[in-house]
Amino acid sequence: MLSRGLPTLLSVGLIAGAVAQEGPNLGVPADPEEVAAWDIDIGPDGAGLPPGAGTVAEGEAVYAIQCLTCHGPEGNGQLNDVLVGGHGSLTEPAPVKTIGSFWPYATTIFDYIRRSMPYLTPRTLSDDEIYALTAYLLFLNGIIAEDDVMDAQSLPAVVMPNRDNFILAYPSN
Amino acid sequence: MSEREPNNLEVVAGNGLLHRRLFLTGGAAALGAGTLGQLTAARAQEPPPWMRIPGAPMTGHGSRARYENHVQRLTMSVPGTDGSGGSRTPIEALEGMITPSGLHFERHHSGVPDIDPDAHRLLIHGLVDRALFFDMDALSRYPMVSRIQFIECSGNSRLTGLAPEPVSGTCGELHGLISCSEWTGVPLSILLDEAGVDPSAHWILAEGADAAAMTRSVPLAKTMDDALVAIYQNGERLRPENGYPARLFLPGYEGNMSVKWLRRIKVTAAPMMTREETSKYTDLLPDGRSLMFTFPMDVKSVITSPSPGLELAGPGLYQISGMAWSGLGRIAMVEVSADGGASWAEAALSEPVLDKAVTRFRMAWRWNGAPAVIMSRAVDETGAVQPTRQSIISAKGTNFMYHYNGIQAWRVDADGRVTNVHV
Ligand code: HEC
Repeated sequence: MLSRGLPTLLSVGLIAGAVAQEGPNLGVPADPEEVAAWDIDIGPDGAGLPPGAGTVAEGEAVYAIQCLTCHGPEGNGQLNDVLVGGHGSLTEPAPVKTIGSFWPYATTIFDYIRRSMPYLTPRTLSDDEIYALTAYLLFLNGIIAEDDVMDAQSLPAVVMPNRDNFILAYPSN
Repeated sequence: MSEREPNNLEVVAGNGLLHRRLFLTGGAAALGAGTLGQLTAARAQEPPPWMRIPGAPMTGHGSRARYENHVQRLTMSVPGTDGSGGSRTPIEALEGMITPSGLHFERHHSGVPDIDPDAHRLLIHGLVDRALFFDMDALSRYPMVSRIQFIECSGNSRLTGLAPEPVSGTCGELHGLISCSEWTGVPLSILLDEAGVDPSAHWILAEGADAAAMTRSVPLAKTMDDALVAIYQNGERLRPENGYPARLFLPGYEGNMSVKWLRRIKVTAAPMMTREETSKYTDLLPDGRSLMFTFPMDVKSVITSPSPGLELAGPGLYQISGMAWSGLGRIAMVEVSADGGASWAEAALSEPVLDKAVTRFRMAWRWNGAPAVIMSRAVDETGAVQPTRQSIISAKGTNFMYHYNGIQAWRVDADGRVTNVHV
């Protein structure tokens, strides 16, 4: 413990230079299983989506138990964020930015619900439940049909209505 | 006018602005003649009571004077939660460039986690040669750097700037999502080099250990340039609400990207399009399209004193004091106007003037007691000039929500009251 907080002498002075930096090399190799347990990210191309599937009807049932108290009937946002609607409002004085009117990628819905929701008990839903909730929210927003099933193939294929309306400020063109 | 005023006060712009020399020489002492508030301490017992008995004992950890306990962050949370939302720094009550750690603004998406540092690890994985874990003991053995730099939430100031009518509130309530600290930590590039970044990588995803597991994508170039894994704030370990035990710190970039409670960095080829970089932190333009990845915070300034809630005690000499900062570099100049923008004069910048740090500016003003409108305008070393509210709104409308940096005006009434105005 004596060395705690003391930088390795070799690396001092290299920080500002363009030279490759050297640290004390104290990183501990992570085994792939552990990494897999930590890595819950879903990319916009669907990378990271787990096996499983969910329907709109299943999603409606989960929503009623897990989400409705905060996000209101059919995602109307009676207490917290509104999840449905706002289509065509983005040029209005008071735009309503929702999953349906604003979000560019359907995969973000799965990623966000899985990591952050339900607000009081995150990380408690099954992958099937998250697929089902994603399907339900996409259906309420008029983006998929009532009998569409969401899974690792169908979800990244969903084209969001506002997808092409983002201008990348980085890297600047 | 007080007899104690120095006799060489050169008027440099309309309505009583005085040369900044006053602050660069000893002349500022004379400003005591008219500082904010009344200097009418009641004639008290002599010697005062605190000179008649020994004072309090030493303590293991100090706290501020009890007379200062009213200086508080203003907290606001979304309905049904007490940890999703933010708190604002009461910048009208502070001076200098450093924000006391306990008053640093907050913005959380699921409260402040109570993280045991001995159980906390940082994982670096993805497009790297070897995935690595770093615990806090390991991180504290890496070479560190210290920098005084600001963090600003990109939603700062929009409450008043984008509202049709000026919103009433203190300077901190309107503009307090800005704070500046000395941050000390390990350059992220050292850790990424140790993991061995694959040439196909262009971004990282940073994840926090809060209950929202909040994530942001950051360009790899930024992380290799000046990103820190910060462990200390103003000399002590990070405060819990500022990311204890470790946070990402991205100088000059919108605050949300400096992910707190940092526990995972995934090296990726492309941005992950998380909720925070799509649903939030994208800037909606009048034509319905939105700017995405608007990272740096632009040049900005605000007069913190006088400001709403701080009244002027009557005609006389006053110090105008404020903060200026830019996510693009150093502040080059701050100008102040006391006649609603008709004329401007250069303010004194308090040293040190640092890269991407808050710079304190000061200006001497002889208020003649008539209604006045005071404002400040900053220029950074890239030549970027803080724009007017009108020019921002004509270019970007009023729905963009983030990165508002317009000039703020305060109206001083004849009775010394200060209110928010749009000019
Ligand atoms: C206890 C209240 C609560 C419950 C229950 C809850 N949420 Fe939330 N939800 C919130 C809050 C608060 C936020 C905003 C969090 C923040 O500050 O970032 C939010 C944000 C969201 C968002 C982001 C909206 C946007 O436009 O960015 C989605 C999507 C969402 N919730 C889905 C769900 C789903 C699906 C469920 C059910 C599994 C659920 N929520 C349950 C409170 C709740």
